[in-house]
Amino acid sequence: MTDLSSALQLAAPELTLAVGGLVLLMLGAFTGEKSTRLISGLSILLLAAASVLAAVGPLGTAFNGAYVADPLAVYGKVAIFLSAAVAIVLGDGWIHRNGIAKFEYPVLIVLASVGMSMMASSGDLISLYIGIEMHSLALYVLAAYHRDNLKASEAGLKYFVLGALSSGLLLYGASLIYGFAGSMRFVDIAAFATANPGPGLIFGLVFLICGLAFKVSAAPFHMWTPDVYEGAPTPVVALFATAPKIAAMVLIIRVLVEGFGVAHGQWAQVIILISLISFAVGSFGGLMQKDIQRLLAYSSIINIGYALLGVAAGTEAGVQATLMFMTLYAIDQFGFFAVLLSLSRNGRPIRKISDLAGLKKDRPLLAVALTILSLSAVGIPPMSGFWGKFFVFGAAADAGYWMAGAAGLVASVVAGFYYLRIIKVMWFDAAETEVVTDKSPLEAKWIALVAAAFCFPLVIVALTWLEPLTRAAASGVGVG
Amino acid sequence: MDISLQHYLAVAAMLFTIGVFGIFVNRKNVIIILMSVELILLAVNINFVAFSTYLNDVSGQLMAMFVLTVAAAEAAVGLAILVTFFRNRGDIAVDDASVMKG
Repeated sequence: MTDLSSALQLAAPELTLAVGGLVLLMLGAFTGEKSTRLISGLSILLLAAASVLAAVGPLGTAFNGAYVADPLAVYGKVAIFLSAAVAIVLGDGWIHRNGIAKFEYPVLIVLASVGMSMMASSGDLISLYIGIEMHSLALYVLAAYHRDNLKASEAGLKYFVLGALSSGLLLYGASLIYGFAGSMRFVDIAAFATANPGPGLIFGLVFLICGLAFKVSAAPFHMWTPDVYEGAPTPVVALFATAPKIAAMVLIIRVLVEGFGVAHGQWAQVIILISLISFAVGSFGGLMQKDIQRLLAYSSIINIGYALLGVAAGTEAGVQATLMFMTLYAIDQFGFFAVLLSLSRNGRPIRKISDLAGLKKDRPLLAVALTILSLSAVGIPPMSGFWGKFFVFGAAADAGYWMAGAAGLVASVVAGFYYLRIIKVMWFDAAETEVVTDKSPLEAKWIALVAAAFCFPLVIVALTWLEPLTRAAASGVGVG
Repeated sequence: MDISLQHYLAVAAMLFTIGVFGIFVNRKNVIIILMSVELILLAVNINFVAFSTYLNDVSGQLMAMFVLTVAAAEAAVGLAILVTFFRNRGDIAVDDASVMKG
């Protein structure tokens, strides 16, 4: 087998998605908008095929070390592809109901998935940058997808401007790292950093962290998050909350823990600081919000703080905890957004928390689901949110960061207030005016119910196979 | 006077700073923000090419090519989003981009 053919075999998931995405784009261009449903279905199949290829494909490095297929990348890719597929399912119904059924929606998600999976398996600074840009460019467009809507186009514009700035910061950091370490490859950078960790390298690394923190919406780089969550179409926000964050988190693990493992003492301080600020911004910023999606934006900031705590630990257990946390968090988020998508009253979607009043009478099942999802987000044992935090705090405490873990607990108590408010409005407040709750779309309702069932009680069973999976993915990644 | 690596890095650092300030200080025009983004990317390119020559390693120049390509794609996407914003709003002043607050 030649070098190229083995390299192409390694990159089979990305190649399948890229070629498949282009074919679907052509199909859409020739058949027009009536084939949107068909293209959505084919995109889901494509993502499923790519996750199978990633799961069973060979492991190794290719393209001169620029592409890495290791257990971490495989785990990240499967999670990313499945999240993207769920976002297509959620979005397909939504775009049809809102009269913007264009075939670009699934195709853009497929193309974004190519970028995200490149991020998960990037082995040098070039593939890191290309992966980030490939997914960002598709996501900018998706944020402004509802193009006749003022809020959506404003969200797209803000996301674009701040995203472009963050790419600039990241690139500047990458250029400094390249210059000081003398190589683009993470392996060589790691070898150089072991020999002589100079201030130039750390300076570049800080810029790189700033750029990546933008992408996961960690405070103080979170400015875009509330606006984009509020303005962008709900299924697109469901995607934003899950797949890109998983991809960026895997990338952060790859750069910091793998590439700069020896400089752990330096970057761990930065990451701890970022997660502490995220705790503060996320918990206190969310208190006064009335818009549910804006609230979820602050909740995502705080949750990214937890995930970064696992990265800061830098150990194998920390990486495992981060992966576990992101997986459980993604499922919880899909539940939240699916509930939002399946509820509309008097023909208008639910936007404000007060719109939920009286839900227990009209939609008891969804009210129960939303209650479970909220309690899980607070971190009440034995729901999924608790287990994610349990692993992250455990890893952080083992690495000696128990103070940061304690701050996280305080933040989660403060954030508990706004989740409990959702529950209170739903169960104990009566609707002020006469409202008719519309029929729920089937796919959103089922995703909501399944996600809620996963948060409790299925998670107890799921942990028994999720734990070994994440441990395998994190094996060999970690310092000390 | 010899032009050394430090000179290139200084120029790039200055351009980068101007670009970042162009985004944060400028509160009027989105087009100027787009120009500032380009400035940042070009500053980075100077860094990459200078390092590449200094290190005798071609991958920096390779990266510069990728950055140029991505910058073009980014400008296209950015202007397209700007056009939809203009259609909805009738204006591209950043001050007005404030339907959502908080």
